[in-house]
Amino acid sequence: MFTEMIPEVGHFALVIALLMAAVQAIMPLAGAATRRPLWMAYGRPMAAGQFLFLLIAYGCLTASYMLDDFSVANVANNSNTMLPWYYKLSAVWGNHEGSVLLWSLMLAGWGFVASIFSRQLPRDMVARVMGVLGAVSVGFLLFVLVTSNPFDRLLPNMPQDGADLNPLLQDFGLVVHPPMLYMGYVGFSVVFAFAIAALLGGRLDAAWTRWARPWTNIAWAFLTVGIALGSWWAYYELGWGGWWFWDPVENASLLPWLTGTALIHSLAVTEKRGSFKSWTVLLAIATFSLSLMGTFLVRSGVLTSVHAFANDPARGFFILMLLAITVTLSLLVFALRAPRVSHKVGFNWLSRDALLLINNILLVIMTVTVLLGTLYPLILDSLGLGKISVGPPYFNALFVPLMAVTSIFMGLGPVARWKRMAAKELYTKLWLAGVVALVLGALIPVFYGPEWNVWVALGMLMALWIVLPILRDIWDKTRNARSFGAGLKKLSLTYWGMVLGHLGVAFTIVGVAVVSHYNIERNVRMGPGDSVEVAGYHFTMTELSSRRGPNFLADTAEIEVQRGENGRQFTMQPEKRLYLATGMPMTQVALRAGFFRDLYVAMGEDLGDGSWAMRIQHKPLVRWLWLGGLLMAAGGLLAVADKRYRRTRVRQQKYASENTGASSSNRASKEALA
Amino acid sequence: MALNRWLIAILLLLLAGSALGAVEIREFEDPVTKQRYQDLTASMRCPLCENQAINDSDAPISGDMRERVYQLLQDGKSDTEIINHMVQRFGEYILYNPRLENRTYLLWGIPVVLVLLGILLVVWMVRARRNASATSLSTEERARLDELINRERSS
Amino acid sequence: MKRRLLLFLPLVGFLLLAVFLYLRLSEDPSYRDSALVARNFPEFEASTLEDPDRRVDQSVLTGEVTLVNVWGEWCPACKQEMPQLLDLADRGVRMVGVNYRDTREKGREFLTEFGNPFELNIFDPEGDIGFDLGVYGAPETFLVDADGIIRYHHTGYISPADVSDTIMPEVEKWR
Repeated sequence: MFTEMIPEVGHFALVIALLMAAVQAIMPLAGAATRRPLWMAYGRPMAAGQFLFLLIAYGCLTASYMLDDFSVANVANNSNTMLPWYYKLSAVWGNHEGSVLLWSLMLAGWGFVASIFSRQLPRDMVARVMGVLGAVSVGFLLFVLVTSNPFDRLLPNMPQDGADLNPLLQDFGLVVHPPMLYMGYVGFSVVFAFAIAALLGGRLDAAWTRWARPWTNIAWAFLTVGIALGSWWAYYELGWGGWWFWDPVENASLLPWLTGTALIHSLAVTEKRGSFKSWTVLLAIATFSLSLMGTFLVRSGVLTSVHAFANDPARGFFILMLLAITVTLSLLVFALRAPRVSHKVGFNWLSRDALLLINNILLVIMTVTVLLGTLYPLILDSLGLGKISVGPPYFNALFVPLMAVTSIFMGLGPVARWKRMAAKELYTKLWLAGVVALVLGALIPVFYGPEWNVWVALGMLMALWIVLPILRDIWDKTRNARSFGAGLKKLSLTYWGMVLGHLGVAFTIVGVAVVSHYNIERNVRMGPGDSVEVAGYHFTMTELSSRRGPNFLADTAEIEVQRGENGRQFTMQPEKRLYLATGMPMTQVALRAGFFRDLYVAMGEDLGDGSWAMRIQHKPLVRWLWLGGLLMAAGGLLAVADKRYRRTRVRQQKYASENTGASSSNRASKEALA
Repeated sequence: MALNRWLIAILLLLLAGSALGAVEIREFEDPVTKQRYQDLTASMRCPLCENQAINDSDAPISGDMRERVYQLLQDGKSDTEIINHMVQRFGEYILYNPRLENRTYLLWGIPVVLVLLGILLVVWMVRARRNASATSLSTEERARLDELINRERSS
Repeated sequence: MKRRLLLFLPLVGFLLLAVFLYLRLSEDPSYRDSALVARNFPEFEASTLEDPDRRVDQSVLTGEVTLVNVWGEWCPACKQEMPQLLDLADRGVRMVGVNYRDTREKGREFLTEFGNPFELNIFDPEGDIGFDLGVYGAPETFLVDADGIIRYHHTGYISPADVSDTIMPEVEKWR
């Protein structure tokens, strides 16, 4: 009896969550505007309630999946009695309706956590933050209920069994990739709420930026991991070893990542130096807006992409309205409330302020370039100027030089001082790093890889120029301590976060440069007994066999691999599968992963005479790509753990006043003289 | 529009049964030609698929196009000739690297203009800020200014 | 005041983008015109499906407005559009088929089973003519005028509605 009602309970819980979100949006904002503490106090309980009821709704949908309730359209379309239980769990968000529900749940979750961790904040600030988050929730819950209800029933004609989950989605990478990405997208809503609250409250001081920084870092870390996972999944499942295709959907996730990266840096300037205030607020708004726009682009059918969801113009229209209302209102608030007067905080050419300004401008140029490349074909088409495509060659042509310039400044930034710095000091600190980077950058490709390659050399130079100045800086900072260990301990976690983040960028650059140019690929004809040598590895096919999997037929090749003459032997087993339900052929790649190289073997076609076309690739340092992403994310999280974000309010105020420009600059100039 | 989508679904179904594969064994006279083949097939878009280069796609037409690129390379055609050959048949749409022409000036130009604007902005801002540092405020002055600004905002 | 106006810039930029995206919602991103419209039908030399000894070239398409349909036995949508092609032939349109990536036996069986609206069928087993036409999936249909110039291109299945709504008006236009 009860189990039959589960979808209705879920639906009902969604409606209650919507009502609570509406109260959460209206009461605290009205209370803050009219200075009524009672109204303002609605924020926290409503955030908790909304989260609870969304948990119930999400639990109900999950239950429908686990119980194979095919009277629910969503379950019938995306699951099957044969599906293993863990894929039933993940099938919940493997489709449009379920994923929007997950989005909403995460939004409520972030709101709930924000309400808990904001106890030290002024009451009206909390009220406004909760109000803004509530308003965003209202939009998304309306979207779920009006256009994408996951609890729609197929009564009375319910199917006996469900259509299966797309085989491409039956994979660990795709189980974890969407939730990570959504956590990132949604997490930026908290930062957005802080920015709007600061604008509404007229308190655009260093305080809001200090509150917003940990949230920004966490959201950004999730987004970074999400993007890296997506790239990793594409690498082993989608293509022929490609890891980034500049596909519109990938670009949609890259846009908020770029502005989010800019935001992390500009928040640092605003908190430490009190400058770039309006700019930081604008970036916070832009980052969340781009997250919303990514959702729109992926789900509206405006773009052609490999990854786009099943499209529906009605949904597209709803998300566009949601996007338009959110962004218009917030930019309007920005235009009306951003400070007209700003105290000019002074800095010089050689200063961390100037370098971070350049960093922000570069990141914004990258963002606009990616957006332009993604939308330009649509613009031309709308103007009746024909159909063109903008793809990897365009993006690479612009992104590589922009990244090269950025890395120059990434080398300077960590060692530079705020406000001003003597050119001579900078030179003393960096000349050695520069020389070593140049020499090693040019030499490494001589010894490593099949031939010297200018792009690999450039990549090495960039990475070394990012890493070496940081090492020098750590050495400088620990030199005067009693011991090296004691010196390291004195460095703050924020600093270590920066180190890890930049190290991650360096890793990714090296990975990209090396695998793009030293990748070795050979297509060969192979039958049992045949042997081929690729990049010093001997690949010998020992056996060809057929097997039957749970829902597919497969041809499997057994390949013995040995490095050199006496290296360790291991086997690789690529497969060509035919999924029975859909008749879809799929290539199951055999991967031998390693820190320094991946071996990648894929089966092509049966050539008829007992041999197969095989694609064998040697991909040096390809793991560094994603390792870099993980390091960046770890850096973002490490910085959050810093003590100063846990200080009480009183101490925060003290901290704020002692850290404003004048006093710290005095300190800086004294140090410079010394 | 709905019909068109339905159509595309049919077209895609057609692909599934096709016997053409993406792994061809090709012999090249020299590594340069091989590299040119890889670059050319990586920079052309499959006209049938959602968004894939022809070296990445299983579609029969991608196989045909790869074969044609290979043949033209064997015939000693230049990259430009090969690209023109393909564009003549499938349109500019297949070029992932759009040509520089009237309608794409902005595509290539805007990033360049942005870089120039960025440089100007940095120069202008640092100059303005450098002067500001000459008359920097004391801590008390700053606190008072903060207070003034906040009062203006919250009123 | 000037600074205040400057602050409205992001809003203006976004609104432009939003209006543009709104207009895009009603468009089909996958629709494309053939690159060959307004150009001569590509040169070719091939035998016909019906008679291996009969060689034809592009001149068979001149003299009268002709609808060239690229089809294959392996293509389900081609079967579904045959009634519409027969209807077009009944309306007095000259039809020529291109039997694309097929074998003679299968092509002939197809015509016996589903009817033959074509005056003749050009046999293209290797898909060379199809390639020169920029065909990326059958069925595709080209309208060629009396001078042998391609005037109109239809990708995919021709529905009964398409016959009267788009194909016939185009045929009349170029007659």
